[in-house]
Amino acid sequence: MDQPLIQFIVIPLVKIVVILAVLLLIVAYLTFAERKILAYMQVRLGPNRVGPKGWLQPIADAFKLLVKEDLVPAKAEKFVFMLAPGLIIIPALLVWSVIPFAPDTTLFGLLKQPIPPYLTDINIGLLFLLGVSGVGVYGVILGGWSSNNKFSLMGGLRSAAQMVSYEVPMGFAVVSVILMAGSLSLVRIVQAQQEAHLWFFVPGILALAIYFCCGVAETNRNPFDLPEAESELVAGFHTEYSGMKFALFFLAEYANMLVIGSVVALLFFGGWLRPFPSWGWLGFLDIIPPFFWFAGKVAVVIFIYMWFRGTFPRYRFDQLMHIGWKWLLPLSLANVVIVALGVLLLKG
Amino acid sequence: MAGPLEPLFDVEEMELSFGPQHPATHGVLRVQLRLDGEKIMDAKPIIGYLHRGTEKLFERESFNQCIPHTDRLDYIAAPTNNEGFVLAAEKLLGITVPPRASYIRMILAELGRISSHVLWLATHAIDLGAITPFFYTFRERERILDLFEEYCGARLTLNAMRVGGLPYDLPDGWVERCSELIDSLPKYFDEYETLLTENRIWKKRTIGIGVISAEEAIDYGLTGPPLRGSGVRWDIRKVFPYDRYDEVEFEIPIGENGDTYDRYLVRMEEMRQSVRIIRQCLDRLPDGPVMAKVPKVLRAQEGIVYASVEAPKGELGYMFVTTAKSTQPYRCHIRPPSFINLQALPAMVEGHLVADLVAVIGTLDIVLGEIDR
Amino acid sequence: MTDEKKTPQPEEKPNATPAGDDRPAEAGAPAATPSAAPKATPPDEAAKAKAAAKAKEAAPPKQPWEEKPVPPVHEDAADDPDVAALREGVEGSVEGADRFAGQVTVAVPRGKIVETCRFLKEQRGFAFLVDLTAADWPEREEGRFDLYYWLHRFEDNRRLRLKAVVAEDQTIGTVSAVWKTANWMEREVYDMFGIVFEGHPNLERILTWEGFNGHPLRKDFPIEGIDTGAAIYPDVFPPGGGPETAEEEKEGA
Repeated sequence: MDQPLIQFIVIPLVKIVVILAVLLLIVAYLTFAERKILAYMQVRLGPNRVGPKGWLQPIADAFKLLVKEDLVPAKAEKFVFMLAPGLIIIPALLVWSVIPFAPDTTLFGLLKQPIPPYLTDINIGLLFLLGVSGVGVYGVILGGWSSNNKFSLMGGLRSAAQMVSYEVPMGFAVVSVILMAGSLSLVRIVQAQQEAHLWFFVPGILALAIYFCCGVAETNRNPFDLPEAESELVAGFHTEYSGMKFALFFLAEYANMLVIGSVVALLFFGGWLRPFPSWGWLGFLDIIPPFFWFAGKVAVVIFIYMWFRGTFPRYRFDQLMHIGWKWLLPLSLANVVIVALGVLLLKG
Repeated sequence: MAGPLEPLFDVEEMELSFGPQHPATHGVLRVQLRLDGEKIMDAKPIIGYLHRGTEKLFERESFNQCIPHTDRLDYIAAPTNNEGFVLAAEKLLGITVPPRASYIRMILAELGRISSHVLWLATHAIDLGAITPFFYTFRERERILDLFEEYCGARLTLNAMRVGGLPYDLPDGWVERCSELIDSLPKYFDEYETLLTENRIWKKRTIGIGVISAEEAIDYGLTGPPLRGSGVRWDIRKVFPYDRYDEVEFEIPIGENGDTYDRYLVRMEEMRQSVRIIRQCLDRLPDGPVMAKVPKVLRAQEGIVYASVEAPKGELGYMFVTTAKSTQPYRCHIRPPSFINLQALPAMVEGHLVADLVAVIGTLDIVLGEIDR
Repeated sequence: MTDEKKTPQPEEKPNATPAGDDRPAEAGAPAATPSAAPKATPPDEAAKAKAAAKAKEAAPPKQPWEEKPVPPVHEDAADDPDVAALREGVEGSVEGADRFAGQVTVAVPRGKIVETCRFLKEQRGFAFLVDLTAADWPEREEGRFDLYYWLHRFEDNRRLRLKAVVAEDQTIGTVSAVWKTANWMEREVYDMFGIVFEGHPNLERILTWEGFNGHPLRKDFPIEGIDTGAAIYPDVFPPGGGPETAEEEKEGA
């Protein structure tokens, strides 16, 4: 076989399949983890009937959603109704093409030369990530609008306003990291943290806080889960969705959570690096493969998400907007200025 | 800015039918909303989906046969429903209840109040997006219902009282188990409060929402926590003491601003006061019979009698109109607190957002079984 | 006027007349020493007990709950201060006053009810309308329905009941302008009895649906219910028929 064929077709295809499969599996078990964690926070046991200790529950859920009747409301805008779940799941999966979850590896000596386990590293990786994940909002709006249900419509409107307004401070929070790393490539950002002997959350603590807040809002999670606020809007934009289409919305939400978690880990906590990568005497920590460091960091972020859900009530819509525009946006702008000055003085 | 801005586009109001199948309307309440964006311009509660003709049924059943129907009014706190009914009947017939029966009634009623209030807290919190208190409160509610079950075999529809007393005495060991439960309750109430009382988001969602002044509350006929939240110190247990409420010590908590947060605090404190009442009742529980000497067939004379109790939701009253020698009420009217409290809903939500409607419905603590009867 | 002391707590206990006597016995016993209950007998009871002891020595005194119930009796309540004030304040408003189980009921003519309520609220401090309901006496000559207004005054926690007679073809003035709470109560009475309140802002059915055929709490409304006519969705189900049966559907198709 031709070398290019292998390099440009076979290897990426294998990677895509593996990444997708693993991702979907992780997402499925993320729902399980959420239910278990919430259960233990709420003095109950959580799912424990399907399989040993309930471990097959996500499989059963997925199977149930697959075989359920797929209802389309009679007066829905059928084409858009079908399109919306696709519009939301595709960006959620697409961003995984640029997320580097581990450095180049030989897969424990199986390969002759190390290859990157992630799909690709493009020099505008971060921009790509922000851009693609921003498309997800169309799925929500169109899903809400096409259902021909007033509650869905209000959910869609809410999330449109929410996602758009929270993307702005989110972008500015990311800009401060770009300034520190001097690159948009996610791999470069991690390497920059290694070279600086410092994880970026120390200088970028404010950026981290802003990014995390916005991330919660972007993924419609508690306390910013207004688009799907059950007690107000029944289920918000996905009220009318059932079966597999609902499952896609659900998958996208969790995949997006993973993206936010990964970006937090990559931008602020050194991605796959072990703690204090420059301290030699901590070398014994290298026994844990880099991927697991990355996964561990993401897991902590996800856990905090779930912790929020178990703790907080929900903000009201105007309060949410108030926070976004009157607090986070000025703060993130100020942060960019401060970081820029710092970078200029220290590096310049 | 001088004067309001002219809208650039045509503004159209949206009609939204909130309920009767909606997770936050606590049953089959339907609120017809006129919305401008998310702002509520007008709210019109539409009720009656659960109307079962309870008052009509009363008219042809004997006094004791009516009691199971009262369970189904406020199905969250059945003991107070029974209590109100039997008190009215006892007043009509001139029956004096033995002290032991009175005390047990008070214990049951206060347990019912706690179980109703924790359920209110659970649903109110979940309406505002905090899901965790729900599970904590249900843990305690379960134990209260276990006590009810042990006493009379039922958990919700207790049918636990009779005209003239109680059908059964307490089972062995019940007092100890009840005592153990109520000793542990204040600790659990603290647990709920750590989750909510000082929570910034909780405060933001409840302070200044659904404000109703004391005068307006009286004009709308509000009773119970909605009235007390507005600062009126008024509780049937104090002003017209029934059973032996004049022998126990307790405070009536009141709020200041008449907003959702104050009503929350009032109900939280009421639970603690209920614990206090139960503790005193258990300590003083006298010996003796639990049933007065009443005729086999209860025959009323002509007259009109009204008796009311402080149900968890407010003043629950029963009015009997009877004819001479009748064995059943000629007409029995129920004054359901939820029905009358709900009337203030449009005034309380106007100008608020949809999300606040949920908070106000929650804070009124309505039960549709009682509203629709 | 002598009743003024008693009346602030008319709701206190059943059997209003002997209540004053047996309260100490019940109240004292459980509070202090439950077992000593029979000993703590007030003088009144003791006198009764003495009489009983003549016939049967060493028989413990009977507690009130062991006796036969003492039903309350009707008394004339013309001496009630509120009734007297009402008689003076609104001319011809008091047709009679009755006290039963400590609760005063004033009969008010139909035409005077709004004026009376306004007077009681504004001059006598009855700021709170507790309840408003009706009863149906189909056979009665002077009018079929009794309307009951149950008022409350916060200052001394006193309650007063007004009663007005309304015949089937008559209407009565609304008090929803006096107390806002009367709005729904009157709607309920309208729904259940078909009494029309003049001047009511939105006199619609409240518990049954618009177009319900009949008034359920009238005595001639059968308890089993009647064919109410399917007027909920007249465009879907024709009135009078109820939901279509399967056969009819077949025919239609």
